[in-house]
Amino acid sequence: MSLTNEEFRPKIVAFCCNWCSYAGADLAGSSRLSYPADVKIIRVPCSCRVNPMFILRAFEKGADGVIICGCHPGDCHYSTGNYYARRRMTLLFSMLDYVGIERGRTRVEWVSAAEGVKFSQTMNEFVETVRSLGKNVRLGDLRCKN
Amino acid sequence: MQELISRLKELLESGSVQRVLGWKKGDFTFNPEPAYFNSAEELSEFVYDGFCGANLSKYMIKASNLEGVTAVLLKPCDTYSFNQLIKEHRVIREKAYIIGIGCKGKLSLDAIKAQGVKGITDIKGAEIDGDCNELKVETLYGEKTVSYKDSMLERCHVCKGKEHMIYDELMLESADTLDADRFTDVEIIENLTSEDKFTYFQRELSKCIRCNACRNVCPACSCRKCVFDSTKFDSEQKANVDPFHESMFHIIRAFHVAGRCTDCGECSRVCPQGIPLHLFNRKFIKDINEYYGVFQAGEDIGQTSPLTDYTLDDMEAEERR
Ligand code: SF4
Ligand code: SF4
Ligand code: FES
Repeated sequence: MSLTNEEFRPKIVAFCCNWCSYAGADLAGSSRLSYPADVKIIRVPCSCRVNPMFILRAFEKGADGVIICGCHPGDCHYSTGNYYARRRMTLLFSMLDYVGIERGRTRVEWVSAAEGVKFSQTMNEFVETVRSLGKNVRLGDLRCKN
Repeated sequence: MQELISRLKELLESGSVQRVLGWKKGDFTFNPEPAYFNSAEELSEFVYDGFCGANLSKYMIKASNLEGVTAVLLKPCDTYSFNQLIKEHRVIREKAYIIGIGCKGKLSLDAIKAQGVKGITDIKGAEIDGDCNELKVETLYGEKTVSYKDSMLERCHVCKGKEHMIYDELMLESADTLDADRFTDVEIIENLTSEDKFTYFQRELSKCIRCNACRNVCPACSCRKCVFDSTKFDSEQKANVDPFHESMFHIIRAFHVAGRCTDCGECSRVCPQGIPLHLFNRKFIKDINEYYGVFQAGEDIGQTSPLTDYTLDDMEAEERR
């Protein structure tokens, strides 16, 4: 079997906060905007619920890209959750860059409940980027497996 | 040194402290180990020299639960850890009588061996009263002389300074050891391609035997319940046999201590596999300094740590370098 980049369908995990981004995804759906089925959404109460270990776990379980979506700064349902998440994700993703995980595999995006269009655009773009990077083997094999 | 021992005797005999937490002689001159001294007589075993690298602040977690006051010997860098532990409510300040002791750089047996020395039986020149310029190494094959500086632990080359952040009294002289920038190696890695970064880290991390020594020695890794505690063996100290924990251990641990790690260098010192674990911690420290303002954990107990803080105009993750 030959697997070329065209045929490759990446596995994408999207952590979406319940109050904005998940509703944004809903709106994208009800507005009949499309985004690739490769995106699997995991609903979380707030972007700051995303423990960095969730992201590593997603990669370890075979995700090729992970994106976190939350309310725009200032709009978090819990006032400040996304401010903490922003720092955490910045540092974690920077660490992943540092150990050699391609930068395009991680992303943070703020999507409001009214931004169905932005949701679909973001997902389309992100899937495209990850598709071009190919399968993520590195995080599954940070230590040689043999 | 004699002066230090007399002072410790005095503290024990007067009853102002119940025990001393220091180092005692090991089997050789170059492997002293942390120990409690409960009486003036026991102090005959006491030692403090260039090989006393162990950071005793973490031992104060248990000592905080003991009866009475413990006199603890802390080097300048150890006091950052102690402060951080106070901040995290893991040690009780009043239970410690802190003797801030001087430091002329701590030695690494590996660094000595790396200079081509084999079959070491004895090492002289590490005495804290000496000038710490040269080490006389006795080996099975004769005597060798190596420079003290070249034999130091990595962390001493990037020393934070010889000032104690917290103490009750100070003893013994220090000597400057700083001669490198602690972020140089991090920068070198940052400038590699992502493929080379991965190759580098995969090679280093594949050496890991998951002994958990780095976690166990780390003052910041003092959670009552650790995510890496084994659920499968009777001993929690054993590593878990979960492939996730196996392969992500180093990243998870470094993230857990981000903003709390004082860069005391203990993880790299104890790793039996010589993995440069400080490269993970320092990456976080460097990013924190660049993105959220210079921060040194353990310097000031009153300061909020960067990961439990935010500003409205923090940079976005996508804007990272
Ligand atoms: S001390 Fe070294 S070998 Fe042991 S678990 Fe830590 S990194 Fe792995
Ligand atoms: S690895 Fe994490 S959970 Fe375990 S002791 Fe260290 S900081 Fe705590
Ligand atoms: S509730 Fe949406 S980010 Fe906090």
